[in-house]
Amino acid sequence: MTPANEWIKITKVENLPLREGRPVKLGGVEIALFNLGDRFVAVENQCPHQGGPLCDGIVSGLHVVCPLHGWKFDLESGAPVQASSPNCIATFPTRVNDGVVQVNLAGGSRIEPEETAD
Amino acid sequence: MQRLIVVGNGMAGVACVEQILNHAPKFGITIFGDETHTNYNRILLSCVLAGEKSLDEITLHPVEWYQANQITLRLGVRVVDVDAERKAVIADDGTVTGFDKLLLATGSSPLIPRITGADREGVFTFRNIEDARGLLERSRRGAKAVVIGGGLLGLEAARGLQVQGCDVTVVHLMDTLMERQLDAIGGAYLTRKMESLGIRVLLGRSTSAILGNGHVEGVEFNDGEQIPADFVVIAAGIRPNVGLARRAGLTVNRGIVVNDHMETSNPDIFAVGECVEHQGTCYGLIAPLLEQGKVLAATITGNRGPVYRGTVEASRLKIMGVDVFSAGDFREAPAGQEVRTETVRYEDSSVGIYKKLVLAGSRLKGVILVGDTAESHRYMEWVRTGADLSKQRQRLLFPEPAEDAGLDVAQMPSSETICGCHGVTKEQIIHAIHARNVNTLAQLKECTRASTGCGSCTNLCEQLLRAVAPRFEEDSKTTLCACFPFSYERLREILLSQKLRSVQEVLNVYGNRKGCEVCKPAVSYLLDMIWCGGHEEDRSARFINDRVHANIQKDGTFSVVPRIRGGVTSPGELRRIADVAERYNVPMLKITGSQRIDLLGVNKADLPKIWADLGMPSGQAYTKGVRMVKTCVGSDFCRFGVQDSTSAGIELERRLENLYTPHKVKMGAVGCPRNCAEATVKDIGLVGQEGSWQVVVGGAAGKKVRRADLLITVVTTEEALQAALLFFQYYRENANYLERTYDFVERVGIEKVRKDTVYAVSTEKEKLLDRLKRSKALARDAWLEREAPVHPTQFVQIEPMENILT
Ligand code: SRM
Ligand SMILES: Cc1cc2nc3c(=O)[nH]c(=O)nc-3n(C[C@H](O)[C@H](O)[C@H](O)COP(=O)(O)OP(=O)(O)OC[C@H]3O[C@@H](n4cnc5c(N)ncnc54)[C@H](O)[C@@H]3O)c2cc1C
Ligand code: SF4
Ligand code: FES
Repeated sequence: MTPANEWIKITKVENLPLREGRPVKLGGVEIALFNLGDRFVAVENQCPHQGGPLCDGIVSGLHVVCPLHGWKFDLESGAPVQASSPNCIATFPTRVNDGVVQVNLAGGSRIEPEETAD
Repeated sequence: MQRLIVVGNGMAGVACVEQILNHAPKFGITIFGDETHTNYNRILLSCVLAGEKSLDEITLHPVEWYQANQITLRLGVRVVDVDAERKAVIADDGTVTGFDKLLLATGSSPLIPRITGADREGVFTFRNIEDARGLLERSRRGAKAVVIGGGLLGLEAARGLQVQGCDVTVVHLMDTLMERQLDAIGGAYLTRKMESLGIRVLLGRSTSAILGNGHVEGVEFNDGEQIPADFVVIAAGIRPNVGLARRAGLTVNRGIVVNDHMETSNPDIFAVGECVEHQGTCYGLIAPLLEQGKVLAATITGNRGPVYRGTVEASRLKIMGVDVFSAGDFREAPAGQEVRTETVRYEDSSVGIYKKLVLAGSRLKGVILVGDTAESHRYMEWVRTGADLSKQRQRLLFPEPAEDAGLDVAQMPSSETICGCHGVTKEQIIHAIHARNVNTLAQLKECTRASTGCGSCTNLCEQLLRAVAPRFEEDSKTTLCACFPFSYERLREILLSQKLRSVQEVLNVYGNRKGCEVCKPAVSYLLDMIWCGGHEEDRSARFINDRVHANIQKDGTFSVVPRIRGGVTSPGELRRIADVAERYNVPMLKITGSQRIDLLGVNKADLPKIWADLGMPSGQAYTKGVRMVKTCVGSDFCRFGVQDSTSAGIELERRLENLYTPHKVKMGAVGCPRNCAEATVKDIGLVGQEGSWQVVVGGAAGKKVRRADLLITVVTTEEALQAALLFFQYYRENANYLERTYDFVERVGIEKVRKDTVYAVSTEKEKLLDRLKRSKALARDAWLEREAPVHPTQFVQIEPMENILT
């Protein structure tokens, strides 16, 4: 067990197929971990619309599309892509060490929608 | 009647004959062509190589055209000599044919630079259909191709080969690609663009040898550097074919010399096309050759009058996504010289746009456009007419802000040429629209030939049609999504002729490399259909349902619908379903509207175990694929039943299950017209009659209610199944993605559907069924992935290696 403010070892890189996401439960949060080919990104696994599992969405470049009703989010900033969906998702820093993907929950951030408003 | 012999069945010769046919007097015409194909659009060979067109599609004149115009066609026969005195041509089949007038339209041949080994097996040129065929046969995935020559032809060949999967290097003698059409900066932009497509470009390399032992193994440059090659394409320029003209005693320089009336030095012998030299220029593009042909047609028929005064050449690169246009003379004259030039330039390297206009006084002399060629027509017109631009100086590089869509074409003068290939002006198009009642682009093409050359004026033609035609109809096309610049239909045509097997490859070559939730599943489907199941499956391109073979629900759980063929089950199956429902605490067990049983609210991780415990195949209730065949009890039990609909339905389901379709396919089989299993509102229905079956298609009772159309009435059950299979495969191959049969049949029309399926010639039917059979042979029950998942973590929630303290 590791304190929440440190890097947490999640899984071997080969467990995350290219351009797909996988869910991981860390303490009380569920995150979605994606393999974008040149790097891994982590976001909260809950769509702000109706809670859809983002890990199951289709990856389109840097975006993920929620499988339930198609809201789209930027995986780097967590910002919604369509103007009609005002809410952001939280994103978490990741790194790879020794073939293992690590996530830092404490470094997570959620930009406020106002910041992206214009 | 005077005898006219034409040597050369190519683009310029036949176009000129077409013009001659418009004039009196009439000739008895014989055309010799040493190629075996009837007249075709040579320009489009690039598109054939890139898989955008098939060889059949580039024919310009089929045999029937020659017959209808009483032209004697001698295909595959080469004229080897001309006896100018006795006025006869001698062909390689030994025949001697007399003429009153002779027209030489022999075109040109690829120039082969002096390179050792240029005769090795595996060295190609790119000029005719045989070359294109040879290259297509040769290009395998990963094969190393070296193209010698970085001009228009070389670059188009390179892109074509790359699309075919080859690993391509372009070797160019000069430091600038297309140096005859571009300046150094423009060339650098083009080089970057080609490289970004994945084509290697080597500049300033002089090839000294093609290496290998018998067949090609590599290429050596004169500095000693060597690169490997499996085959080589030489595209280093062309040389006019003037041999016959020399033998006939005509004046010949580089080409056959003609005057402004298109006359050679012999009053009975004429020449047109690439073999001709006019005022010191030999042209290598189609537009000037067609102009020459018009003048020549008047001269040769004794209507001497029109003159040819040369043409400003305009070139356009035909590579999708690489926009390059160049026209006129773009050389800048330094200050102090007699004609001073000024240059107006714009560039933005981040988006790859470079534009340069060279003006002399207030007139446009030359233009180069890279990355954005939208305004090319305007510039071409300015160069051609020498228009005074002093009033436009402020916004030369930018279009007038258009308030309405028709403004672009409204601003063009009537005499402006819209189709450069066939020299069709705005005026002529408007005339055709009214006189020939033209309402679609297809009709316009047919009656004016506009946009049937290189196709770059298609947009303008469409705009003009939209503005003028009383009942304009768009040719069906809707872009799939923003990731691909063309319609789904177009994409299907392209992929059909491609060797691309994975979604990501298609995105890299034809799309924006990213893809989205719309195109990824669509392309996945296309590849599966085209390769009959032999594509490279990419699960990241699939909707979640197709990654885990279950339907996602509002809380992220899934539903499981096993296949219950024809709705007929057994006590054993029911018991297993009941056990599974208990064992996994399935929240709801429900009889569906499709005569099956649904286990709802299942966790992803439980799916493989549930499938194993059920021991039943997937019902494909989550995908665009074969759902079910609903059946009624039929003649086995029902007192009205006249056909065994239960067995027929189960058999139909067996033959089609596990296949994927543009949208879901639901079927029904009923034993009599009472229609208890609703076959007449299904995608495919079998309706039993006394002594026959009606096969109906395109029915619906979902968002829309539509009674299915009758496809055919047949006697035996096997015939009914065959008809259903034919329609099924036809729908698979021709419908747009996400188009249900009820929309498809309505769009195509049931008459055409019948013509192409049940009434098609038996060889076509066999082909359809054969492709279906090949797909079926590779189709497997998706739920078998429980034993061999595509990826080890396909169904699991990842367990972190360490968790956090809470
Ligand atoms: C389970 C079922 C309802 C039931 O409880 O009976 C059902 C459930 C769903 N239907 Fe249906 N349809 C079901 C029979 C039907 C029928 C009746 C039939 O098949 O005879 C129809 C009308 C016939 C037809 O298909 O046109 C039907 C017309 C639709 C439509 C409208 C299609 C249309 O183009 O008209 C949709 C939406 C769509 O496909 O775009 C749809 C979509 C759906 C989806 C898949 C919505 C979705 O994307 O999540 C529902 C999934 C629920 C879930 O969470 O699993 N369902 N649906 C039935 C499953 C049948 C099966 O065993 O496979
Ligand atoms: C791949 C490719 C792409 C091109 N792209 C473009 C483009 O985008 N835009 C453009 O404007 N131009 C383009 N061109 C050039 C254009 O195709 C030619 O300018 C045009 O075809 C020349 O017409 P022609 O009739 O003079 O010669 P050809 O079309 O070559 O016709 C001459 C015919 O005569 C035959 N022949 C020669 N000698 C004899 C003989 N002794 N007996 C019998 N038959 C004989 C030849 O086999 C040939 O079939 C392209 C050319 C190629 C190869
Ligand atoms: S009708 Fe079909 S799509 Fe609509 S709620 Fe019912 S199951 Fe879902
Ligand atoms: S829950 Fe994600 S879009 Fe509705």
